[in-house]
Amino acid sequence: MVNVSLPLVLAATDGAELSSGGFFAATAWIMLLLPFVAFLAIILVGKRLKGLGAELAIGAMGINLVWASVLLVQNMLEGIYREVGLTIAEIGTLGITDQNLSFELGFVVDGLSIMMYWVVAFVGFLVFLYAHGYMKGDVRVPWFFASLSLFAGSMLVLVGAPNLIQLIIGWEGVGLASYLLIGHYWEHKPNSDAAVKAFMTNKVADVGLILGTILIGPSLGSFRFSALNQAAANHSESLEGVAVVGGLLLFFGAMGKSAQFPLHVWLPDAMAGPTPVSALMHAATMVTAGIYLMARTFPLYQEMATDARAIMLPIAVITLFVLGFLALVADDLKRVLAFSTVSQLGYMMAAVAAGGYTAGLFHLFTHAFFKALLFLGAGSVIHAVHSNNMSDMGGLRKSMPVTFWTFVVGAVSLAGVIPLAGFWSKDEILATLGHEGYTLFMWVAILGAFVTAFYMTRAVSLTFLGTYKGTGHPHESPPVMTGPLVALAIPSVVAGLFNIPGVTWGPIGNFTEWVGHRVVPMGDYHPKSIEWDLAAYGLIAAGAGILLGWRLFAPDAATQTARDRLRIPVLYPLLHKGYYIDDLYMKGVVNPIKGPVARAVDWVNAYVIDTVINGVGALTARIGELVYGRFDQQGIDLVLNATAGGTGWAGGRLRLLQSGKVRQYAAGFVVGALLLVIALVIVI
Amino acid sequence: MVLTQFLVLGALMFSIGVFGLLSRRNAVTILLSVELMLAAVNINLVAFEAFWNTAAAHGQIFAIFVITIAAAEVGIGLAIILLVFRNRASGNIDELDLMRW
Amino acid sequence: MAWFESVGLSLTVFLPAAGALALFALPKAQENAQKLLALVVTGLTAVLAVGVAANFDYGRSERFQFEVTESWIPAIGARYHIGVDGISLPLLVLSAVVTLLAVIYSWDHWEEPRNVRGFLALMLLLATGMNGTFVALDLVLFFIFFELVLLPMYFMIGIWGDSSKRRIPVLGRTVTMRLYAAIKFFIFTLFGSAFMLLGFLALYFRSGDFLPANTFDIPALIALGAENAFGSGTFAFLVFGAMFLGFAVKVPMWPFHTWLPDAHTAAPTVGSVLLAAILLKLGSYAFLRISIPILPEMAREWAPFIGLLAVIGIIYGSLACLAQTDVKRLIAFSSVGHMGFVMLGIATMTDVGFNASLIGMVAHGLITGLLFFLAGSMHHRYHTREIARLGGNQKLMPWMGGILAFTAMASLGLPGLAGFWGEFMSLLGAYRPLAGLSSSQFQTYMVIGAIGTVLTAGYMLWMLQRVNLGEPKAEWADRSFHDVETTEWLAWAPLIVAIVVIGVYPQVILGSTTDAVVNLARTAFGG
Repeated sequence: MVNVSLPLVLAATDGAELSSGGFFAATAWIMLLLPFVAFLAIILVGKRLKGLGAELAIGAMGINLVWASVLLVQNMLEGIYREVGLTIAEIGTLGITDQNLSFELGFVVDGLSIMMYWVVAFVGFLVFLYAHGYMKGDVRVPWFFASLSLFAGSMLVLVGAPNLIQLIIGWEGVGLASYLLIGHYWEHKPNSDAAVKAFMTNKVADVGLILGTILIGPSLGSFRFSALNQAAANHSESLEGVAVVGGLLLFFGAMGKSAQFPLHVWLPDAMAGPTPVSALMHAATMVTAGIYLMARTFPLYQEMATDARAIMLPIAVITLFVLGFLALVADDLKRVLAFSTVSQLGYMMAAVAAGGYTAGLFHLFTHAFFKALLFLGAGSVIHAVHSNNMSDMGGLRKSMPVTFWTFVVGAVSLAGVIPLAGFWSKDEILATLGHEGYTLFMWVAILGAFVTAFYMTRAVSLTFLGTYKGTGHPHESPPVMTGPLVALAIPSVVAGLFNIPGVTWGPIGNFTEWVGHRVVPMGDYHPKSIEWDLAAYGLIAAGAGILLGWRLFAPDAATQTARDRLRIPVLYPLLHKGYYIDDLYMKGVVNPIKGPVARAVDWVNAYVIDTVINGVGALTARIGELVYGRFDQQGIDLVLNATAGGTGWAGGRLRLLQSGKVRQYAAGFVVGALLLVIALVIVI
Repeated sequence: MVLTQFLVLGALMFSIGVFGLLSRRNAVTILLSVELMLAAVNINLVAFEAFWNTAAAHGQIFAIFVITIAAAEVGIGLAIILLVFRNRASGNIDELDLMRW
Repeated sequence: MAWFESVGLSLTVFLPAAGALALFALPKAQENAQKLLALVVTGLTAVLAVGVAANFDYGRSERFQFEVTESWIPAIGARYHIGVDGISLPLLVLSAVVTLLAVIYSWDHWEEPRNVRGFLALMLLLATGMNGTFVALDLVLFFIFFELVLLPMYFMIGIWGDSSKRRIPVLGRTVTMRLYAAIKFFIFTLFGSAFMLLGFLALYFRSGDFLPANTFDIPALIALGAENAFGSGTFAFLVFGAMFLGFAVKVPMWPFHTWLPDAHTAAPTVGSVLLAAILLKLGSYAFLRISIPILPEMAREWAPFIGLLAVIGIIYGSLACLAQTDVKRLIAFSSVGHMGFVMLGIATMTDVGFNASLIGMVAHGLITGLLFFLAGSMHHRYHTREIARLGGNQKLMPWMGGILAFTAMASLGLPGLAGFWGEFMSLLGAYRPLAGLSSSQFQTYMVIGAIGTVLTAGYMLWMLQRVNLGEPKAEWADRSFHDVETTEWLAWAPLIVAIVVIGVYPQVILGSTTDAVVNLARTAFGG
């Protein structure tokens, strides 16, 4: 009846010595679907369960974690490549080919997607677990876990996408989940505002993604990444005209999801959602989707759309440097972390844009751990003090030791202190920038490391050191929350070791090899040995940042608070307002469209177009009145009425003859007869 | 000139009838006058018939028709007059103007 | 099943009309019997339509199937010629199914003055008109069905519609909403139809130049069109223009759209649903069935203009939505934007664009139909449609709010739900329009259309925020509301399922249409 074409299975090609994986690779689609099953199940029966649906979400995520871990190990050992697609639509030929273009759904299992599967499953599992404790007694818990599952499923669909179409589906799916979760407390307008803002900003960026897809797909005759990358690697003519523009459009899409300047505005506001959401989506996974997209289509930028870098790289560097400063003035701990995330995403994007495929992904990898850790730590604190603001915190080191120490681990890792994970990944980015000849950007990135260290020191100091400024007696969070903190602290420390330049860990190789298991060679730069001079610069910058932070915000209660309250003219308002970008958007674009422009259109509708229509109607009616009144009633009818009236009048006169007098009648009769006779005589 | 004599007679009788019709008020008299006029016409019909002496005898046939109609007319007329007289106790035609406008 | 081949389609068309007559055999007081009869009739019609779909040969969907051709009015050569192909099949099924759902929903939702029998009879008559339009293969037959739908809808709006008063700007007259809307709807559409009929007649008289006898037969005219018999001169230009007016009013395309918000807002819930879900599709379907294949050269010439009106409609409709204060009117205006995407797809004159318009029509039918159901049910409960007075709906009625959010997401074109494909494929088609059309012009349309998707998301989310989210307003805070009721579930669940299924597996629709539109593009434009 309806044609269902058989799943297309691609094995590794082009001499890449990859296995097609075993059972777990062939059935990876189960991993993609499981969270959706959990989503539906929670909606239907979540309320009636003891854990309010959390157990379903956590269970699904646990299975996924096992699945992804098996794939991860398999990929370490032998390298896997498998791509499966099911045609969901044949849409026509556009008159350019004999073959129908088609849309497909499926999954791809290769080094890149396995890394992402695992990060999503690992961080996801821990965050779900944490959320089970964090959300206890909160509103709409089943719905919360359903949305989280929806997110996890969409994210897996996104990273498992073998083609741009499925990527878009997952892409907007995570956007939807983000909208739902940011607005979880939708009773308060600022929260729903933040949710709408996140959705809308991403929707703007999605225009780029969609148009990029539209540019590339028909040119290629296929929406598959494998076809795109292959064509790019071969410098195929079919991509000739569209590579740069198409690449930039895809990048524009990535800018939204990965919060690059100037589309970063939604991410700080997204902190309105519950903290586990911020940790999972707005730090570890969802916001890295843009980086992932750049990595997935890396050969396009590496081989053909190299000109696009001239735009991509500056944006990424502005993001990493300029937006990092915003973390300096935020009082909301989560906003500090959010700006930090924006800045770190800038690092990743800079790496990928500069040609550092592995470097960008490696930072994505390590960042997922320590930033999720930091957010969960912040959540633990917020849970204890019931406030997001650091001015209500301070001195929590004693009462929340586990949270404190894990938070410090995360912060130090983020700051890039050797030998923690953040150091290694940031160092690789610096090395890539330097090697590719972007010396200026490299130095800016080093300065960015200084800023990072500075604001993290401030955050740690204001939150955990000094004296407690809030009310009540904060306690350490329950094990269900501290457990994930510890679990995340471990990779935050050791993850960097998997990609020390030049080091290979026996049979499992290193991170570069893992994510390099792709069907098309990436051809990116990767340092072969540690560049000690760059490492030194990075460390010096981090150390200086920490020192300055310590100097300014030392745990001396009086000066600490006073310093933080210091409002440097011009600079403070500028940073506090986020360089007025939000104001520009709201006052310059959104409000005019929502207000005057929309009203103007509505006015045009009512007063111009409709007036023409109504006018034609009224005019016709008026003409009708004229025709009826003047012509019909006073014209044609006049004649008729006059005839009738005249007849009536004449009758009125003539009837007087009817006197009823027989003799008069007879006389008339006689006279008439006489007249006839006379007439007869005359005629004859 | 036999025909002329008959025509003169008819004309005289008709004129008398007309005069009676116009001058009398009594309904019966008027009816009589009408009969007189009809008789005059009959004389004319018969006279012309005899004068032209046609085989078809049209004049006589018409005369008989006229007599028949006259009889019927007088019958109805007298009946009406009788009823009017019963209702109004008067035969004066001038009082009978019920049929006016 | 030979009998089904021959009468199945005719039954699908005329069974509802027979049901409408049968309704009047029932006493006026027996409302349940009337509802049951209507349910059975529309149910059977839906089964028949699905039966047609099940027995349809998808391997040759570009050809007319279930064809019946009988002599009808020999004096003018009009024949009773009906049949379905891959293009009309999804719309026929949509029409039959949505009518059934409308009857189900009507079970306990009645507007004043109640008059169950009259309302149901009109609905059934409407079904005959709609189903008939999608299967008619003779211009006279098409015209009759096309016009037949006006009558029931006119009475539905005029009698059961919104009785509030409204002042018309500029003219300054105060009118009763339902009367104004009903008359505007009727006259506006009839105005277009008059031109359309002229176009049909012109084709009829010109067809004699190429054929032994003048004909109204659509396949015969399409065959002439494939040879480009009508050329690209003044004659073809005027004929295309005349038919364009007729179809564009029905779609409606900007600036012929102003009957739509009024009619939608004033119509009773079920009327709005049918209007949005099916009636609007008659116009865009007619472009694909009549205008383009019969006058391909003219279609190519008019395409940039149609595309321009389409993108204006997209932006204009979305902006107008942002200004609306009435939920129903907002949804109505959203149709202008969505039908803009449908028409943009058609304007590209490519198979992908035609596919986009078809899947867009089906998706819009399902989604906007559901939105109007929701708006009606909410009006039923709140007795107001003022957005400013609503709020916290999600709290008062979690399921209702959830379905509203789902449908709004589908409407704004969330990938994975039905609404996305039409928009995406329209833009895809606009990137590579038919050879001979200006690529840069259509690519500009593409960009503008893409911006339109952002605005669409904007007004939908804003509406959701104001209606669904936040704390309930004081006037509702202490009230308790019935959440979604049984009949509502029964009417809505199929729509929700269909939106998801088409969203995940669009081949459900495209499996029927693709071969047909590829063939359409090929025969019309060669290549």
